[in-house]
Amino acid sequence: MKKVFVNVMLGGGDMQRYILKNKNSIALLSGVLIAVGFLSKWTMDSMLIFTWSLIIASILGVAPIAIQAYQALRVKVVSIDVLVTVAVAGAFLIRNYEESAIVTFLFLFGAYLEQRTLNKTRSAIKELTEMAPESALKQMEDGEFVEVDVEDVDVGDILLVKTGAKVPVDGTVVSGEGSVNEASITGESIPVAKEKGSKVFAGTILDNGTIQIVAERVGEDTTFGRIIELVEEAQDSKSEAERFIDRFSKYYTPAVLILSIVVWLFSRDVELAITILVLGCPGALVIGVPVSHVAGIGNGARNGVLLKGSEVISDFSKLDTIVFDRTGTLTVGNPSVAEKEYYGDNIDEALVYLASIEHESDHPLAKAVLEEIGETAFLPVENTEVIKGEGIVASVDGHRVAVGNVALMERENVELKDKAKADIDLFEERGNSLVLTAVDGELKILMGVRDQIRPRVKEDLLKLKKLGVKNLIMLSGDNQGTVDAVSRELSLTEAHGNMLPQDKSAYIKRLIEEEGQIVAFVGDGVNDSPSLALANIGIAMGGGTDVAIETSDVVLMNSDFSRLSHALGLTKATARNMKQNIFIAVGVVLVLLASLLFSEWMNMSIGMLVHEGSILAVILNGMRLLRYKLR
Amino acid sequence: MKSATIQLETLTCPSCMQKIEGALKSLDGVDHDTVKVSFNSSKAKLDFDETKVSIEEIEDSIKRLGYEVIKSRVK
Repeated sequence: MKKVFVNVMLGGGDMQRYILKNKNSIALLSGVLIAVGFLSKWTMDSMLIFTWSLIIASILGVAPIAIQAYQALRVKVVSIDVLVTVAVAGAFLIRNYEESAIVTFLFLFGAYLEQRTLNKTRSAIKELTEMAPESALKQMEDGEFVEVDVEDVDVGDILLVKTGAKVPVDGTVVSGEGSVNEASITGESIPVAKEKGSKVFAGTILDNGTIQIVAERVGEDTTFGRIIELVEEAQDSKSEAERFIDRFSKYYTPAVLILSIVVWLFSRDVELAITILVLGCPGALVIGVPVSHVAGIGNGARNGVLLKGSEVISDFSKLDTIVFDRTGTLTVGNPSVAEKEYYGDNIDEALVYLASIEHESDHPLAKAVLEEIGETAFLPVENTEVIKGEGIVASVDGHRVAVGNVALMERENVELKDKAKADIDLFEERGNSLVLTAVDGELKILMGVRDQIRPRVKEDLLKLKKLGVKNLIMLSGDNQGTVDAVSRELSLTEAHGNMLPQDKSAYIKRLIEEEGQIVAFVGDGVNDSPSLALANIGIAMGGGTDVAIETSDVVLMNSDFSRLSHALGLTKATARNMKQNIFIAVGVVLVLLASLLFSEWMNMSIGMLVHEGSILAVILNGMRLLRYKLR
Repeated sequence: MKSATIQLETLTCPSCMQKIEGALKSLDGVDHDTVKVSFNSSKAKLDFDETKVSIEEIEDSIKRLGYEVIKSRVK
């Protein structure tokens, strides 16, 4: 047995690999041997079997650990394996086979449990990467479609996508039609109809129909590929605290080794020296923070929130102020008629005239007006005259009809009665754009068109406030009236209209530098990249565009506003989880050291048990984040 | 110069990264500054000079440490 061990140490490569590969079986075997040993001691009183089974268990168990230690030392790293190997060798030397066997078994068994649980914490991100398409049906020179690996698809290839299949690359539909589930890109599971000319994205699924597409972006350049890369980079990015722990553990393990040697030199107590080695293993401290981190980022990825790294998590969790870049973030972005008033008789005719004129116009308000009126027959419109900035005058069915704003009514000498004047003032105050309709010089219809607040935005903003956000600020390019209307309805802290991109970034700079606030900026990432970059946390909403993914710190995969509060709640929970893990890790080390100094019961085996237990505790604690949901 | 992305078996101890990084950096033809082993995604990324070292040799250096290479991609 010892000969094999030496052989292994001297570099029998295949043997090393074989042993490491069967680490788990070795752990099981040495566990069985330990059990056999203790059983024979208690039932048969056989010290011979007891001693020998423990010796064999120790040697078997230490082999994979020693190999890892040797490999670490070769690249000048004093790893935990080194500490454990030395400790086991020490125990062997003083013939404490009981401790050497139990410590190696616990260490191997702990490593096995760690691997199992760590895989769980990483499962969310794994699910994401497994959604990546693997094959494609590519059109060959003879016109036939042949299944190829997705890596063999080049830009410009024509690909066939059948019902139920994944779209393999980003591209444009050249023929066929169908509906695509784009949940992997947008988080939205309602299928989107695709026809010739529509864009399709890698990783989305064709629910029904058959389409042919031309490949435009392949592999890591696809939107999906970038998202995966982003998440993978994020989960391995390190915060200041983690880098500190890394540096710390680099010197910490050698320091423990030296400490135990010093203790041995002075006390000549091998037992004490090797117990220090085991107690000093820095496991939970090293693994605690990355585990919370990866579970938090994984939860986000699953819920359409991409967090770029742990620095973001720490800043985001301390947020004071959220700045919204435009009214469109909070509103539907599709103006509609919010209020209307009718004056006098023959309203039905007036509505038909209005619809007939708007039907021929491409003005943004026209669409809203037509939607409001609904199905109707259109009359021929003649002598149409467009007055820029005011509206349209035309003749319909022999009547002179004017559709436009108040200025147009004045030009047309339409008399506005007191009631109408009051309505106009009220509508304007509520942030409406006005559409007035006069027939033969008489005001008939007043419509107020405005953008509606998105459903549930109010509740979501309230949740943000509950999570500790102090200020909600809107900086918009829209006119002050519109901005004020939205602000009042949502009770924002501040709202400023008529802002240019440079005004917004100046405003954010002032918040950060003069008021010392931690500011998040929610934008679409295209024209607001200076602000996105300047804010402590740049949040791109309704993501998927390249610029948004590049410049921001957080990408919300679709424009569902509730993601924002989930993101904030999640980062807070993650930051809390990291602190708990650090507390567990440091606490355990302190308790162990104290009990070593002040109590009798501490020995190497108990030390190893507590050590492995604390590692599992931090992993399990981190795993809770996978299930995090904002209530 | 080519760049390789190597998918490894699940890494469980942060010191595994240091070992793999050390092994990769000791190879002639591997650009030291580009070697990056990530713990959570269990991937190694590096640039290398294909005239001095092959992807197989790079994979072997990892396998020799006892870690499985699941797949690697060279660009």
